[in-house]
Amino acid sequence: MAQTFLDSTELVLNMGPQHPSTHGVLRVIVKLDGEKVTGTECVIGYLHRGVEKIAENRTWVQFAPYVDRMDYVAAVSNGLGYCLAVEKLQNAEAPPRAQVVRVILTELNRIASHLLWLGTHALDIGAITPLFYTMREREGVLTIYEKYCGARLTTHAFRIGGLQYELYEGFEADVKTFCDGFLTKVDEYEELLSTNRMWVDRLQGVGILTAADCKEYGVTGPMIRAAGVKWDLRKAQPYSGYEKYDFEIPTRENGDTYDRYIVRMQEMRQSVRIIRQAVEDIPSGPIMAKVPKVLKPPVGEAYVSIEAPKGELGYYVVSDGSLQPYRVRVRPPSFINLQSLDRMARGSLVADLVAIIGTIDIVLGEVDR
Amino acid sequence: MLQLFKTIFLVDLFQGLWVTLRNQNPKYIVTEQYPAERPKVAERYRGAPRLNINPENNETLCIGCNLCALACPENLIVVGTARDKQTNKKVLTTFTYDTSRCMFCGLCEDACPVDALELTQDFEIASYTREGAIWDRQLLEEGPKPTQYQF
Repeated sequence: MAQTFLDSTELVLNMGPQHPSTHGVLRVIVKLDGEKVTGTECVIGYLHRGVEKIAENRTWVQFAPYVDRMDYVAAVSNGLGYCLAVEKLQNAEAPPRAQVVRVILTELNRIASHLLWLGTHALDIGAITPLFYTMREREGVLTIYEKYCGARLTTHAFRIGGLQYELYEGFEADVKTFCDGFLTKVDEYEELLSTNRMWVDRLQGVGILTAADCKEYGVTGPMIRAAGVKWDLRKAQPYSGYEKYDFEIPTRENGDTYDRYIVRMQEMRQSVRIIRQAVEDIPSGPIMAKVPKVLKPPVGEAYVSIEAPKGELGYYVVSDGSLQPYRVRVRPPSFINLQSLDRMARGSLVADLVAIIGTIDIVLGEVDR
Repeated sequence: MLQLFKTIFLVDLFQGLWVTLRNQNPKYIVTEQYPAERPKVAERYRGAPRLNINPENNETLCIGCNLCALACPENLIVVGTARDKQTNKKVLTTFTYDTSRCMFCGLCEDACPVDALELTQDFEIASYTREGAIWDRQLLEEGPKPTQYQF
């Protein structure tokens, strides 16, 4: 074919790893035909710390603070997953009081994670205001964490077998005040964004991932629920006493970026609903099950998956009967959800790519581990 | 018809603007004026480590059992002990704590049987050198001395 002046050639564009909209150190190689994305390729590993290898050189108890540093936005959920996995191996179960406190803290964590996602996602699209508001509300959650366990982000709140810290005085009141104030704030975000024509135009029909695609890629969490699949591990295989609480799984049909936004907003409301039920009756009793101080789980393996804010978070732990784990494998939701980027971005405009990366809700600490 | 009205008169945009305006109320200012105003951290805050001394006789509470060093995931605590010739008791000689590697998980204070090692509410522990982040026994007992700014 003769080359003419107006021929189009494929342009390869590098995005990241120091791009503010890639939510960390993600590098995306984008193939462009004009403004259209014809393919993307993710380059990950810039934040790789070898957490799974670190586990093999620590004792079971000592590894617990490290899991907080994978998904640092939802550190409490990570801690819960690891503790449940080791408890399953050890055949121990946390006492009822500990389980209820765990549910409250993980649901608060879901709210904090979704708030951070909403703020940064809106910032990517071009709305700066929600970021300030979401950070303000997130502060409420972090203050509760700080008062409860002494740390705000990488909390190390749970221990294998239960909890280390007893509830502080006024915990219930703090949680209740937060819940009461928070629902009006969610309404405020919805007022700012849900009907805003710029927000709707930028998000509707962008990055469509159908239910079949979701299942093919193993995508979980709000992304699969936005595609219309009612899949939530809190309902499908309840852990830590989630079967006691009355809540709904919010779903949408289209599976585009706007639907994922709506699902996450609904999830925050449902989390408040769970917290309210849980905080009403916190049973009294011990907070720590009888587990030995020097933990040596019997030889065997266990897999436990929980519904983290970003999707299914699984821990596969193998014990050879010694002080240290033989292997710890993490099934991170962000890493697996990130695979679907290429399917969603293909055919969209390069400006929408930022919205699509934002809607996956990735944390690079978890993708690279 | 209503939709057309809303589209023409930018109702959705003004709705959002109204939210922003509502939040301009000075009542809602949440920014902390650090360092002019020091934040009051929670009682259980896990900050700078401290080696407690007995206030009555100024002797250290530490019995040199080495449990904190064993509990630490990063192996950053080094406890030095010596045998007292007269009483034949183990006494603490040196204690180093590398705060540059510490992740403030609190496992060492959980392990301490006599509440000698503690993570305190001090949070200003930056230093100009890497050596300055390694705390010896004296610094651990006295605590950090952060700069106080005058405003």
